[in-house]
Amino acid sequence: MARKIRVILSKVGLDGHDRGVVTVGMALKDAGMEVIYLGRQQFPEQIANAAAQEDPDVIGISSLADAHMVLVPRLLKILKEKKVDIPVIVGGFIQPEDVDKLKQLGVAEIFGIGSQLDDIVDWIKNHVAAQAVA
Amino acid sequence: MRNRPSIELLASARAGQLPAIGRLLTRAESGDAECRPALDAIFAAAGRAHVVGITGVPGSGKSTLVAALTAEIRRGGRKVGIIAIDPSSPYSGGAILGDRIRMAALAGDPGVFVRSMATRGAMGGLSRGTLEAVDVLDAAGYDVVLIETVGVGQDEIDVARAAHTTVVVSAPGLGDDIQAIKAGVLEIADIHVVSKFDRPDANRTMADLNGMLSLGPELSRRAGWEVPVIGTSSEKAIGIDELMQAIDRHWQSMHQSGDIVARRTQINERRLLKAGEEIVRDRFIRQQDGKVGELLGRLDARATSPHAAARELLSALQVE
Repeated sequence: MARKIRVILSKVGLDGHDRGVVTVGMALKDAGMEVIYLGRQQFPEQIANAAAQEDPDVIGISSLADAHMVLVPRLLKILKEKKVDIPVIVGGFIQPEDVDKLKQLGVAEIFGIGSQLDDIVDWIKNHVAAQAVA
Repeated sequence: MRNRPSIELLASARAGQLPAIGRLLTRAESGDAECRPALDAIFAAAGRAHVVGITGVPGSGKSTLVAALTAEIRRGGRKVGIIAIDPSSPYSGGAILGDRIRMAALAGDPGVFVRSMATRGAMGGLSRGTLEAVDVLDAAGYDVVLIETVGVGQDEIDVARAAHTTVVVSAPGLGDDIQAIKAGVLEIADIHVVSKFDRPDANRTMADLNGMLSLGPELSRRAGWEVPVIGTSSEKAIGIDELMQAIDRHWQSMHQSGDIVARRTQINERRLLKAGEEIVRDRFIRQQDGKVGELLGRLDARATSPHAAARELLSALQVE
């Protein structure tokens, strides 16, 4: 049975603009992945809880309301506390100066506005393949 | 966590550690050979939970109902596991699993575990690995395990053979009076639900269902259990407690009549067959370039028949 890649996608905070994340979700589905979509206005505690239960390969956060520097670090902290060892990638409107800061905090990759869907798909596939060998 | 042996994860799962339960579910679903001994141990430890299948056509309000029902069960203190199944794309093999959206209100509750699963090409409404997943939640101490399935026509059948109690959900105005007549859908229900009961046409749907049940006593009454039709509205909080009580009464009824023993044996028979099918299918797929390729050549030339070829293949596969 071929291994299926599972991805959680979620909006975070008081952010309801979901067209982008839904587009990414469709692209991942078309690439054969299983997308667990949490929806809009999710908070770090809910996302971490879902990650513990669903055990995805990657958690994808979409942030278009500029709360990423508060909510993403909080998510990383809660994931660590719950001993959920799953990489987080972030998309949306992320200022260039925040990219490095987020990576230093532990975000695996940033896919800001203008990112190619293929690049996101490839990153996830490569990540999962690297984990399998590890 | 990532590479911890399954037997170790099992101990953590039984101690209530959510990530360990999550990881075991992933391995159970992918059928990892490493996980087999742990799954065998899990099967031996399971068998306590009340497994309830909830099925109905898309749009009938299953997910919302499951969330409302779970909250009601939680009020009594019992722990609830939920397996929410959505279809995989037959083209890409991927899936969008969106049932959690309707269950957002349950997110903070440590007594609720929600797992999304895709059908992964399985027919019948259940996915491969669903029942192993039920075992994991059962062994981890969840008192009730709800399986919410893709329900399209006759696909409901599989859940009826996997659960102790089967709830069929019909929504008003979806042409369900025709749906219910279709062979198998009416008969598999231990409990019928008419959802969205605040709608004006809901009473008509209930009358239709009651009418059809009265046509055949064998449909409406089994082993002393009379199949109820319950109207629910998740939005208006109508009928949810009634539904929970009916589910509990069905459990009690099966124990009192002894029907639970026959039910369990039926479930195990189904699982035994499915496991056999999966083993053979896996071997078949792995043989594609070998014996299967050779047989296909002869089939294309009509030098053998599918049935004869299959028997040759089974003997060549040396199935266990």
